[in-house]
Amino acid sequence: MEQVPETNASTTLERLLPGQAAVLTPGHTLETITDKIVSIVLRRPVTLGWVGGFAFFFGLLNLLLFAMCYLFYRGVGIWGINIPVGWGFAIINFVWWVGIGHAGTLISAILLLLKQGWRNSINRFAEAMTLFAVACAGVFPLIHTGRPWLAYWLFPYPNTMGVWPQFRSPLLWDVFAVSTYATISALFWFVGLIPDLATFRDQAQNPVAKTIYGLLALGWRGSARHWKRYESAYILLAGLATPLVLSVHTVVSFDFAVSILPGWHTTVFPPYFVAGAIYSGFAMVLVLAIPIRRFYGVQDMITMRHLDNAAKVMLGTGLIVAYGYMMEAFYAYYSGNIYEFFVLKNRMIGPLAWSYWCLILFNILIPQMLWIRKVRLNPVMLFGTSLIILLGMWLERFVIIVTSLHRDFLPSSWGMYVATRWDYAIFVGTLGLFFSAMFLFVRLMPMITIFEMRMLLPQSKLSEEVSAHD
Amino acid sequence: MTEPTLHGVIAEFVTPDGLVDACKKARAAGYRRMDAYTPYPLEEAADAIGFEKTQVPLLTLCGGILGGLSGFGLQYWTNMSAYPMNIGGRPLNSWPSFIIITFELTILFAGITAVVGMLMLSGLPQPYHPIFNHPRFSAASRDRFFLCIEADDEKFDREETTRFLQATDAVDVAEVAD
Repeated sequence: MEQVPETNASTTLERLLPGQAAVLTPGHTLETITDKIVSIVLRRPVTLGWVGGFAFFFGLLNLLLFAMCYLFYRGVGIWGINIPVGWGFAIINFVWWVGIGHAGTLISAILLLLKQGWRNSINRFAEAMTLFAVACAGVFPLIHTGRPWLAYWLFPYPNTMGVWPQFRSPLLWDVFAVSTYATISALFWFVGLIPDLATFRDQAQNPVAKTIYGLLALGWRGSARHWKRYESAYILLAGLATPLVLSVHTVVSFDFAVSILPGWHTTVFPPYFVAGAIYSGFAMVLVLAIPIRRFYGVQDMITMRHLDNAAKVMLGTGLIVAYGYMMEAFYAYYSGNIYEFFVLKNRMIGPLAWSYWCLILFNILIPQMLWIRKVRLNPVMLFGTSLIILLGMWLERFVIIVTSLHRDFLPSSWGMYVATRWDYAIFVGTLGLFFSAMFLFVRLMPMITIFEMRMLLPQSKLSEEVSAHD
Repeated sequence: MTEPTLHGVIAEFVTPDGLVDACKKARAAGYRRMDAYTPYPLEEAADAIGFEKTQVPLLTLCGGILGGLSGFGLQYWTNMSAYPMNIGGRPLNSWPSFIIITFELTILFAGITAVVGMLMLSGLPQPYHPIFNHPRFSAASRDRFFLCIEADDEKFDREETTRFLQATDAVDVAEVAD
């Protein structure tokens, strides 16, 4: 094992295995970390690449607005849904987007509690990813209600109709779970931003930028008393977000598992939904991190170590997902329930069998490449694998929702599901919403947490003599 | 109190060691009203100036309990009296199905209390603070450490406190206007 002398100011704190990349490339100081992250937003000119990318995704966002206007005008009949498949793209996309958000909370909360220092450089944009993904997810339950202007009926409030929501329904649990998740994620993100916004306030030259960052920083001055309360609140939020993030996709899976439909009514759903959520979320983290570190030259802060670790998390959660698929199939056979077995058979050799086998290929077979170290250390390969996993996880929800619904108990009520152009327009449109928000975020906010990066430096720690004598 | 227009005397340090050492010395010398400013959380600095306990966890616990009670209470009251619905003959107070919303509201209230409590206890948002009058203070959010002994401390004396801070590892000692 390679020994890193800890007294040398230009090394990181950890001891590395041979060939393992550092979390923060040696040579940084408090000044260089601050200046590098600040300069991405405050000093770097807007590039043509950024404008082009933003314009493209902003165009897709406008497609979303257009498609939603037409949807509100005509109603959900413009979609491919019809009885027996009453849940189509809207629910598939909702579950997919909520799942993607989970990796952000996992990185920011669970890895914080587990004292994983490598999370410090990716947690900020992973949290931003969570917020934007939850925003995209939130679009779907709203618009799929048919009369979205009455969506506030989902919330309990005293009203002249004298009615209250049905608290025993998983769909209402979803309302509470997702809105709590969105609120806590936004709080966590903002609290993490406060000290960095103060740095931006102090470093900004432009008076308008200085004022805006100053207002957002709430007058933060880095007082030791404030830091103490801050750290306390931050760790508490992490502790609260940890069970929350596990509960959100559990509740989403209850939308299916609490029903009595063969193919949905299984106890394995909650854990494998949560694992699948983290699986797709880490894939999205890599899809964002790999171009960001390349185009903004932050390979010294988002190192190969981060990519390697994220790939390992994907491999692990991917195997849990594979276990879920296996158990679903095994349960269908072993339970002796003919309806369950029929659903399984229909998934494997029915008219939508292509989607099931693509799912197995994308989610289980191809990601096994991540066992190979060379693949994990190759950003291009990782990027490709992540895209495939994202597609696979989308297909998983397609398979769960559509194949379970389209063959009803009676053959007379069998049907097929074909998505229309409006289904695709709204799905692609939310990609526009997500990525245009990300484009704005990297140019307006510190995408790497400055104050937590400072804590990775060996010179940020007290020497033993000072911390010892009391 | 020597001069009413003085907020205090501030010393600038390059290393966390220098800051924490000076904080301990200042406390040993009898100073109480002082604050340390660091670019990242440095718990030892808070301990050294005598701030060892925060109220945030207690507030968060209260917020969580309140959230849980109101979550369950809302569902209990709705189902028992406001809008009783017989769903498949289940009892009106079918508490297992109320657990999830109770849990979510517990987390929601606790989280909001943690953040709002942290900000309120710290007196934030606070757009103006005299410490920003110090021309070098913007370095506190970049790479420097500061210790400010405030003028309303009982032991504060303009010359003597300045001399005291100059005797530490400080690279710069200055007065801050109020």
